Amino acid sequence: MSLYTRRMLINRFNLFVSLLAMLFGLFWLGWILYTLLVAGFGALGPDLILKMTPPPGNSGGLLNPIAGSLLMAALGTLIGTPIGIMAGIYLAEFGGRGWLAPVTRFINDILLSAPSIVIGLFVYEVYVIQVGHFSAWAGTFALALLVIPVVIRTTENMLRLVPDSLREAAAALGSPQWKVITLVTVRAAKAGIITGVLLAIARISGETAPLLFTALNNQFWSANMNAPMSNLPVVIFQFAMSPYDDWQKLAWAGALIITFGVLTLNIIARTMAREKAPVY
Amino acid sequence: MNAAVLQSTPETVVQKIEVKDLHFYYGGYHALKNINLGISERKVTAFIGPSGCGKSTLLRTFNRMYALYPNQEARGEILLDGKNVLSPGQDLNRLRAKVGMVFQKPTPFPMSIYDNIAFGVRLYESLSSRDMDERVEWALRKAALWEEVKDKLKQSGTSLSGGQQQRLCIARCIAVKPEVLLLDEPASALDPISTGRIEELVHELKTDYTIVIVTHNMQQAARVSDYTAYMYLGEMVEFGVTDELFIKPRKKETEDYITGRFG
Amino acid sequence: MSAVADTIEGLQGPSDISTVSRSIPDASLRRHYRLDQAFRLATRFFALLVLTLLAGIIVSLVVGSVPALKAFGFGFLTSAEWNPVTEKFGALVPIVGTLVTSFIALLIGIPVSFGIALFLTELSPPWLRRPLGTAIELLAAIPSIIYGMWGLFVFAPVFGDHVEPLLSNTLGTLPVLGALFRGPPTGIGILTAGIILAIMVIPFIASVMRDVFEIVPAVLKESSYALGSTTWEVVWHVVLPYTKVGVVGGVMLGLGRALGETMAVTFVIGNAHKLSASLLAPGSSIASALANEFTEAVGDLYLSSLIELGLILFLITFVILALSKLLLMRLAKFEGQKT
Repeated sequence: MSLYTRRMLINRFNLFVSLLAMLFGLFWLGWILYTLLVAGFGALGPDLILKMTPPPGNSGGLLNPIAGSLLMAALGTLIGTPIGIMAGIYLAEFGGRGWLAPVTRFINDILLSAPSIVIGLFVYEVYVIQVGHFSAWAGTFALALLVIPVVIRTTENMLRLVPDSLREAAAALGSPQWKVITLVTVRAAKAGIITGVLLAIARISGETAPLLFTALNNQFWSANMNAPMSNLPVVIFQFAMSPYDDWQKLAWAGALIITFGVLTLNIIARTMAREKAPVY
Repeated sequence: MNAAVLQSTPETVVQKIEVKDLHFYYGGYHALKNINLGISERKVTAFIGPSGCGKSTLLRTFNRMYALYPNQEARGEILLDGKNVLSPGQDLNRLRAKVGMVFQKPTPFPMSIYDNIAFGVRLYESLSSRDMDERVEWALRKAALWEEVKDKLKQSGTSLSGGQQQRLCIARCIAVKPEVLLLDEPASALDPISTGRIEELVHELKTDYTIVIVTHNMQQAARVSDYTAYMYLGEMVEFGVTDELFIKPRKKETEDYITGRFG
Repeated sequence: MSAVADTIEGLQGPSDISTVSRSIPDASLRRHYRLDQAFRLATRFFALLVLTLLAGIIVSLVVGSVPALKAFGFGFLTSAEWNPVTEKFGALVPIVGTLVTSFIALLIGIPVSFGIALFLTELSPPWLRRPLGTAIELLAAIPSIIYGMWGLFVFAPVFGDHVEPLLSNTLGTLPVLGALFRGPPTGIGILTAGIILAIMVIPFIASVMRDVFEIVPAVLKESSYALGSTTWEVVWHVVLPYTKVGVVGGVMLGLGRALGETMAVTFVIGNAHKLSASLLAPGSSIASALANEFTEAVGDLYLSSLIELGLILFLITFVILALSKLLLMRLAKFEGQKT
């Protein structure tokens, strides 16, 4: 076989294999989504959000876990976002000289990829043990700790995209630096920062591990932040591993809810990033 | 507009490339209109004209580089040694083995200087390492780069200066022994001294290769080429022997451009 | 950026008041200056918070591991024993499980991700690129507990009934390698966990690869095509070396995810504290051990051993991420070297 023919064959072959790789990826996505729809659909219905988690063998709903998850995710985001944005502003606007910015960036990258179960362990050690019991606050803190690195990373990246000419124009008008940053730069990067926050929310919505030994779980309705609070991922974990049919059905329904919630958030964040991004 | 193209090439010079009724489209935009010309063998032909006139577009049809992009289409005929390059059956790889291209921005591959040169050769020939060494040296000498890099062949191609990188790209092209060299504004990203070197190189290379050079620098075209084509808004306005075109252009548009009245 | 900051500072510093701003009262300018200082300090504080967070994590994990450290010392890393009753614990099984499943994930994930990135950048028709890219990224968005449930209830049975017997009967008969594929095909185990992890890390690695492939300058690729290269040759010889920094970063990202992944692995790894040569056998990973046993652990030593496991996991992830960052910095510096 001539060199030429061999090259052509290798080219054909490798391109074909890449097509197979693409199909491989799509195959799993399709299978998982299909499974979720089929298994979870059966348990969908108004009961799901109206009733609370039942004892084994009974039917019920997922009202308390859904409420608990929403509450903890919202609070966790509320706590983590300002911290993340401020630190992100530091990295992008003040990080030019000195050691703090590169080190913080380095550490942030590590925290971003750190196993979330370790975060849960940390909150357990410093909060749960000190306070003496599991609680929704502990869960909220753990989620906030997961939000912070994501928001820092996206805030810094979005702020960096804002051209210096914008900052200089504001400064040339005599504006103090803090106003330049908050009123001009951050506002210019607003869409991107919001996208980052949405992605952070999407991330924490599906997290189970950090809640396992912080918020634990609660069979009943509780609005007490100082007590264990029911949440969707842990409930799904518990119900799925159980031998009861009713519980397993509810677990699938919960899985369906979480997945489509998270996917929707992702798609919204993506569309926002594309449409509202200022073109420089 | 473009009626008969004025060609003052004597019939005895071999036409390496003949362009017949060429039209080119970027999607719906008609970029080249009814181009007809002949590129003479072992001569330097320059395409000049203001930005956007289509000279690079025309150059890129010769090796069908536009085929990489979905919305770009060429119609007409381009005969290389009598065979139509635009026909669907034309093998692109074989075409590009015969027709090499150097780009405006130097593009050393992320590999050693040696491997940059050897890369193209390895596509077509299986040479022993000694033969390959010889070929690399030969190509680098032809590109007037050998003396400067002979001791650092293993270093990355990106470690060279801009002018050296461009000569490396030329050497890379030559190493596969093409018949035609297409140079797309090869010196426009370089400093004046490197530019001069490149122009000398073109002069030396034309004894062995047919060269087509696109340039926005008229003086460069006057210095370097045997034939010049002046293009404007996608049309071939005038084509002729360089000295004649520059001293006594036949068309007023050409004269306006050359004397700097616009563009 | 600091040059601009300097400029801004220069405009605002009280000693730099030009004649133009004589009409602005000194006091108000001084207040602006103080506010600027306060703002900068505030942002600095939050950046420091991130550092203290990391320090806090390490310190709290170490403190929590002290009883176990005292009891077992370095033997903890090499002992495969895990007995809550006799209170003898060893990290070998979970560590091996974590490393092996991650290795399998990368073994499968890297080539597939490369294929997907190649497809998206070179083969796919332009109108398909965005939807396909989004589809792959959706794989990353699916919460890990879903992967766990799907893995346990849907994938594992199919895998155990159809694929694993095939593996035992073919690869399992080979002389040395065969030991990896022998044993009862339950569908649960190290191999299954590794495969599911692979599916989970593919979107991460593929997205990064696709992003870096896309910013390779067109001229560079055209140069290679102009020499007569095939598409594969352009990608393998030009695009990949050009993007190797980003590719390594993407792989490290995927590895970090694989090492720490909890829920998906917990569902399908089988949670056995036994070291086995076969990939088909159940095992344990650090994260799965924590998820399964932490809330039920009684006794200080038990809890402390689990926390020490968490510390080990964190250290492994930390080291890998730190090494990859250093590697990337090294590679970037090397590329830009001038003679």
